[in-house]
This record gives sequence, C-alpha cells and structure tokens, in this order.
Amino acid sequence: MFAVTGMVRRDVILAMRRRADVLTTLFFFVIVAALFPLGIGPEMATLRIMGPGVLWVAALLASMLSLGRMFAADYADGTLEQMLVLPQPLSLLVLGKVVAHWLGSGLPLVLLSPVLGLQYGLAPDVLKVLVISLLLGTPVLSLIGAIGAALTLGLRGGGVLVALLVLPLYVPVLIFGAGAVEAHSSGLGGEGHLSLLGAFLLMALALSPWAAATALRISLD
Amino acid sequence: MSQSLEAVSLECVRGDRRLFSDVGFALEPGELLHVTGRNGSGKTTLLRMVCGLVRPQTGMVCWGGKPVSTLGDEFFRQLTFVGHLNAIKDELTGRENLMVEAALRGNPVSESQAASALSRMGLKGHDRLPAKVLSQGQRRRTALARLLLADTPLWVLDEPFVALDVHAVETLQHAIAEHVAADGMVVLTTHQEVPIKAGRKRTLHMGGSGTGVAA
Repeated sequence: MFAVTGMVRRDVILAMRRRADVLTTLFFFVIVAALFPLGIGPEMATLRIMGPGVLWVAALLASMLSLGRMFAADYADGTLEQMLVLPQPLSLLVLGKVVAHWLGSGLPLVLLSPVLGLQYGLAPDVLKVLVISLLLGTPVLSLIGAIGAALTLGLRGGGVLVALLVLPLYVPVLIFGAGAVEAHSSGLGGEGHLSLLGAFLLMALALSPWAAATALRISLD
Repeated sequence: MSQSLEAVSLECVRGDRRLFSDVGFALEPGELLHVTGRNGSGKTTLLRMVCGLVRPQTGMVCWGGKPVSTLGDEFFRQLTFVGHLNAIKDELTGRENLMVEAALRGNPVSESQAASALSRMGLKGHDRLPAKVLSQGQRRRTALARLLLADTPLWVLDEPFVALDVHAVETLQHAIAEHVAADGMVVLTTHQEVPIKAGRKRTLHMGGSGTGVAA
C-alpha cells in the first residue's frame, strides 16, 4: 500500500514545485470553456443545451493535454528505470502516479466546473449532476490516458499519437458523462448514466494500472 | 537461498543487428565483475539485462539458481542499480531524493541517515539544495550516495566514475571495496583504470563481433 501512497506523495510534491504545469491545464480548460459562449452568442436557451457537452469536451481535452507529463519526466531523468527495479509491484506504483496526475489535472477541473457552468446558465441542481459526473469521469480519463502515455513513451511526436490512441477510448466516458447532465435536465434522471460512469471507473481502476505497467516494461526494453 | 548471480549464454539482438551472443559469467559473494569492451559493445545492455530491464533473446540470468524473470520482487530486493542516468529529481533536494527513493523501496531512512550518506560522498552543505542547481559531478555523487544507504548484496553500476573528481573516485572505490569485503557482489563497467582492492576480481570482455567470456 505504501507503494501507492509514497508515489502519490512524491508526485504531489513535484507538482507543487512545478506549479506552472498544473496551471496551464487549468487555464486551458477555462479558456476553451469561455470561448464557446463568445463564439455562439448570448442566446441563453442554446447555451443551456450546449453547456454540459462543451464543458465535458473541454475537460477531456485539458486532461489529455497533461498526459504527456505523466511518465515523460521520469523517463528522461532515469527515475522510471529505477521504479522498474524497485521491489514493489509496478502496477501499484503506476496507480500512485495516476492518482497524483488526477489530483493535479482532474480535481481542479471538477472544482472549477460549477463556476464555468454558470456561464452557460445551468441551474444549481444541473450543476450538481455535472460536478458528480466529472468527479466520476475524470479519474477514468487519467486511468485510460496512462496506458496511452506509457505506450508512446520515448517516441517522437508522442503527443499527437497519444491523442489518436486515447481519444476514441474517451468516447464512452464523454457520452455517459455529458449524457447524465442532459438526462437530468430533461427530467429523465441521470442516475443510470452516473452508475455506468461508476462502473467504468471501477473497471479502469482494476485494469489500467496493470496494462500501463506492462506497456512501461515494453517501452523501456 | 544461496546468493549467487549467474548468466548463461545471453544473446541480445537489436533490430536486425546482433549486439552480443553467448555471454556468460558467474559471480559469488565477495566477488567483483568488471565488464570491459569498447563503446557500443553492449556493456550497458548487458547490465540492464542483469537487472531484468531488458529481456535476453536467448539464455537467462539466475539468482541463487532461479531465473530472475520468475523471482521478480524477490530479486529486486537484493539489487541496487545505478544506471547511466542519475535518476534524481531536479525539483527535490539531495536529502529528499534519497529519502523518497528509500521510502518507495520499503525501507525508509531518516533525514540524518540521508545527510550522513551525502556528506560521506562529499556533499556536506549542498544536501538542502534542489538538485537542479548542482553540477554534473555533484548529481552523480547524489545518485551514488544511494549505495551507502542500501543494504542489498548486489550492486550493478554503469560507469559509476563518470564526472567524478579524484576525491570522489577514491571514496567510491573505498565503498565498493568495503561492500565486496563484506561478501557483497558488484557488477560494474568503467573505462577508467580503477584499481579496486577487492577480494576477487573477474573481468568480462565484450568482444567486437559479439562473444564475451568471463576470465
């Protein structure tokens, strides 16, 4: 267990000493979400319909933007190599890194989303569903992203390749995440969508650290 | 479990080029293996193979008679590896680097233990600075200070003397000799002629076209 907590602590300390990285992701999210109302016009009814989808896509892109950082620095300075020869299951170390990545890139988006939701005229109860859906969905994005980041480690043009690999896998999360908010505001109730998102999260928690660990061993061979 | 390291007819193929083949050695407690050979002869790859980072095409590396690929964590608990890269984080201080690494290994060290290891490597007064302001040699020393904290029987060192000054080379030689004298095992590569007063010293020469034989 200390493999996970130790890794989370290490990466959170590193993120706090390199705050610019966390802030760029956050600013990207804010700017993308703020551009849409400017481009579409102040028609409240249109914005209200588009809001959840736009915020979800912005969160998805922001989370993808930060994926490259997950293993790249550790790969470049050799600490990743050391992780592979630690007497700890590599998948647990990877899980620790993913949790730290989410704390630095996913959680701030979740906390900021209600403020941005106000721009789209979303009602308080809709905002609540939006926050819950992002809270369940963004960890899945980090978990799936870890596999893509591990596979493209050390490749030239890895950033674009990660996007191509990972974006299709993000689709179900986007559909059910934005769908939950949509279903709630149309009166159908978003519980079903949220349950499915929860199921995605559990499945990704079980499988993705293991898959990413295997990909890392291949990348470093 | 008896501690011994053995490599049997290792072969490495990169792309369509055979880097080396039929490389083998055996190492008992209290022995040092010096891997020699010109640039590009596969020394680093051999060391990474010993650590289980690279899978050999044929042959295997055994610890205590069992292949390391099946031992997994049990083997990694016996191993300290200092690679070509220093594996220290620029944002952390020397002390933090050592403590974080030891905590992840599962045997945490106190701040004073980390500080004394760093001062033995001649970094007294520099151990509270972030690693990014240190010189190349100082960073190498920080990476090597890991050895002084480790209580593993096997050390695998890839060019440990690079970037070190005369004084640090002496300290490291001393540490290696001490480790070997205490029934430890060391596998290292170096181009420098470094006389280590070790109990028994073996040399493995990696030949140009591919074969290496332990003498």
